[in-house]
Amino acid sequence: MSRLLPFALLAALAALPLALGTNPYLLNALIVTGILTIGAMSLNLLLGFTGQLSLGHIAFFGIGAYVSALTSLGFDVEIGFGYRVVHEPWPAAVGFLLAVVAAGLSGYLIGRLSFRVRGAYFVLVTISFAEVVRLVALNWVELTQGPLALTNIPAITLGLPGLGTWTLRTKLQNYYLVLGVGTLCWLVVASLVGSRFGRAMRGLKENESLALSVGINATRTLTVAAVISAAMAGAAGSLYAHYLRIIDPDVFLFSTTVSMVIMVVAGGKGTLMGPVIGGLIFGLLPVALRPVMAPEAQWIVYGLVLIVILFVMPRGIVPGLAALLARRSARAVPVLEASPEVQR
Amino acid sequence: MSPILSVDHVGVRFGGLVAIADLHFDVHAGEIVSLIGPNGAGKTTAFNVMTGFLKPSQGEVRFRGTGLKGLQPHEITRLGLARTFQRTSVFPDDTVFDNVMIGLHRRGASGAAGTSRTPLLDALLGRAGASERALRARAAALLDWTGLGGRAQEKAGSLAYGEQRLVGVALALATEPAMLLLDEPVSGMNASETRVFVRLIRQIRERGITILLVEHDMPMVMEVSDRIVVLNYGRLIAEGPPEAIRSDPAVIEAYLGQGSAARRAAAEVREAAHA
Repeated sequence: MSRLLPFALLAALAALPLALGTNPYLLNALIVTGILTIGAMSLNLLLGFTGQLSLGHIAFFGIGAYVSALTSLGFDVEIGFGYRVVHEPWPAAVGFLLAVVAAGLSGYLIGRLSFRVRGAYFVLVTISFAEVVRLVALNWVELTQGPLALTNIPAITLGLPGLGTWTLRTKLQNYYLVLGVGTLCWLVVASLVGSRFGRAMRGLKENESLALSVGINATRTLTVAAVISAAMAGAAGSLYAHYLRIIDPDVFLFSTTVSMVIMVVAGGKGTLMGPVIGGLIFGLLPVALRPVMAPEAQWIVYGLVLIVILFVMPRGIVPGLAALLARRSARAVPVLEASPEVQR
Repeated sequence: MSPILSVDHVGVRFGGLVAIADLHFDVHAGEIVSLIGPNGAGKTTAFNVMTGFLKPSQGEVRFRGTGLKGLQPHEITRLGLARTFQRTSVFPDDTVFDNVMIGLHRRGASGAAGTSRTPLLDALLGRAGASERALRARAAALLDWTGLGGRAQEKAGSLAYGEQRLVGVALALATEPAMLLLDEPVSGMNASETRVFVRLIRQIRERGITILLVEHDMPMVMEVSDRIVVLNYGRLIAEGPPEAIRSDPAVIEAYLGQGSAARRAAAEVREAAHA
């Protein structure tokens, strides 16, 4: 049954706009939630499966957003000694790919820098990295427009040879784009986790000395995980830039990283569905609460929901429900086992 | 015949503390050698040096002619030198079967026979089919061989102490070592579990794997070893076959000499000689 859950959820999400109509407010909330959920899935790859906490995860997201935006907008900057770099605008889809590559590269850098020591050092390096990148985005005005924001970012255009092209300007189109990219990311994580590489990550998390002693290369495994995680966060950032069509240095807000951590931890870190469930709950909670209470009260309820979830299910919603189901089926087993005896 | 493992005048110092002063011995292929000594003699430190978990302050360890200086633990494992750990050491949240699957990491590596050269790409494309099936068969065979077949689907962390030890051995064997270092494998086992384990050690040797053992259980050591190396205060004090070690005065002194009863007995002997 749990194996069918992802497919059921995907079908439900695909059908959701049909049920909701095209209410722009709801669709907007769903799109932003979906983008953050992709961020949460990427964070889960590190936090859940390798046990390394990236508290600067938003840096990869923001790098993806800026690289994608600048690729599709073009720029003209002086880099010193009288040299200028001039870039003519490229299609937004190319920006998306470059965003994934650039974020992946920064993941590699951060991994190389900090995985020799790990743990608290990794947390500190990621926080500092995010802050440095934010300051660059804020102060390199010639490139990023600083706080004035990059505006008029083009929407992503998809084309199929012989079938024509579509520019994804409407909310409905963007909803399905985010759903598609999210599904792809989910499949990447799912196949990684079930592979030899996934077993190496689990081994390192559960017992590092033992993992080393069976020949697992810790630095390499963690660095590859960081690259894939960062690349996925970069993809989410790119979607964000081309959906909102405007970004400023606020995409690097620390609180967004915190939101992703909450989604992962509440949903269940180290599970495939955890970040998706956590993402949907905490992404859509403000939407559900907005009609009935003031914004300040919403945040209090947001916090209370998190506390209650972690109080009732300390390992998160997905592991908590799985344990509950296992207990129920364990109670059912003796009956099943007894039946052949009864027949005899 | 050149030795499979040679410990060449190895010393380990932690600041001012000398854990190993000067350790020098060889192990030959196919042998079962035991490294014994009182608590704090430096046995586990020696294991940690041999497997790259500690850097020696002086000297060098060579395995099959390759110097291990500067190699990481996972690189030493790839050369064919595997180890178990003193306390129970498993991947506790995974099933016994998945423990061995993690242990088969090297076998799934690119370049190994019958596997793909691009494991990560395979994983991303969900294409690991054939090699993954081969790995599963291999894991099942290894579990049957170590007698853990019936425990395959249980969480490793929930097994009894002795069975967790067996999982540790299965994990080390999964790396297909030429030599296996066992760190106090039977401590905490009862007599019958120890007997089963001794049989397992012999079976491992029959597969052509050289064994170096650290152990406190003297009857077990005497029974299973071809040769014994004795350490005390980080220094080698005796080396030889079990019969020789049993009657070696330096060894008896090391094991009994610290006790007041033994010292009194020795003093009485001296007094009797003077009188």
